[in-house]
Amino acid sequence: MALFGLFFGKKKTSAAAAKERLQILISHERQNRQGPDFLPDLQRDILDVVKKYVAIRDDHVSVRLDRAGDASVLELNVTLPEK
Amino acid sequence: MATVVTVTSGKGGVGKTTSSAAIAAGLAQAGHRTVVIDFDVGLRNLDLIMGVERRVVFDFVSVISGEATLNQALIQDKRLENLSILAASQTKDKDALTEAGVGQILDELAELGFEYIVCDSPAGIERGATMALHFADHAVIVTNPEVSSVRDSDRILGILQSKSKRAKEGGKVHEHLLITRYDPVRVENGEMLSKEDVCDILAVKLIGVIPESKAVLRASNTGVPVILDKDSDAGLAYSDSVARFLGEDRPMQFVIPRKQGLLSRILGGGD
Ligand SMILES: Nc1ncnc2c1ncn2[C@@H]1O[C@H](COP(=O)(O)OP(=O)(O)OP(=O)(O)O)[C@@H](O)[C@H]1O
Ligand SMILES: [Mg+2]
Repeated sequence: MALFGLFFGKKKTSAAAAKERLQILISHERQNRQGPDFLPDLQRDILDVVKKYVAIRDDHVSVRLDRAGDASVLELNVTLPEK
Repeated sequence: MATVVTVTSGKGGVGKTTSSAAIAAGLAQAGHRTVVIDFDVGLRNLDLIMGVERRVVFDFVSVISGEATLNQALIQDKRLENLSILAASQTKDKDALTEAGVGQILDELAELGFEYIVCDSPAGIERGATMALHFADHAVIVTNPEVSSVRDSDRILGILQSKSKRAKEGGKVHEHLLITRYDPVRVENGEMLSKEDVCDILAVKLIGVIPESKAVLRASNTGVPVILDKDSDAGLAYSDSVARFLGEDRPMQFVIPRKQGLLSRILGGGD
């Protein structure tokens, strides 16, 4: 491995891939748990309802709670597939 | 007031029990009266790692249920006078660990004069684990430099920050990251997350790095906490970690590869 690296220059290592994947996953999971406990359930229910009408993937629905001043805004994003 | 130090990880098999035994022995060696409790009800192992398996008569659950007194269940370590062990039950149900029951035992241990109560958490996020997290003043997050362990550690941090007693009372649990089974050669080759990578991702203060070491199995074979093996890399790394926990500033050891000859480098040697 060491010799291979010497001749062919640095490729992206598997550790770098691990770090990148973890950073994306964990920032997503942290966002989810910052909201109230019901957000994941709400997201699943909305997904089920939309799925009755359109075929979408699980990650096509996102539910977020943002605080703006003294109010909270529930932001719901549903990405519909192209026809 | 006793300080509750919970050793936790989410993922199984990363080194919680090894670390609990080492940390408790290290605190006792430093002169603090310490008790280490096995929260892994149904799968006790701390007694074996501490070498007291033949002296367990009563356990944590038998004290909670009132079958035995705390003094009957506490096992005094034969090597360190400041150290006691409270074993987990092998037979009873983990639902026996009630919040009131556990809380009362922790209070009684404090009254008995213990300064540190080290809790060896089971894997997962069920009763035993959540109880140990709930009462934590300090949490030692044991993490292997590997994707699933890091992810699970982050979940545990989430629980500490929202569901622990301290968090619910508006405070904070002191978090410490302990990276175990670290292999500096593989890190250098880009095959393993580095300690900096893990710290970046979890954003918790690093208290120590324990190398992957043959001394750990040797220690568990003989029932001696590895920190008492002063000639071993893992033992020294645990000693440094405990010293840092107690406020000392010590450089990290065993985090860069040992110097090797050019030939063995090219051949990719190492042990
Ligand atoms: N630094 C290390 N080097 C080599 N082996 C290690 C190291 N730390 C732990 N181990 C080994 O890993 C295994 C699991 O360790 P341990 O029982 O401490 O983990 P655990 O997190 O308590 O597991 P569980 O989740 O099942 O309670 C043991 O066989 C132990 O010897
Ligand atoms: Mg264990």
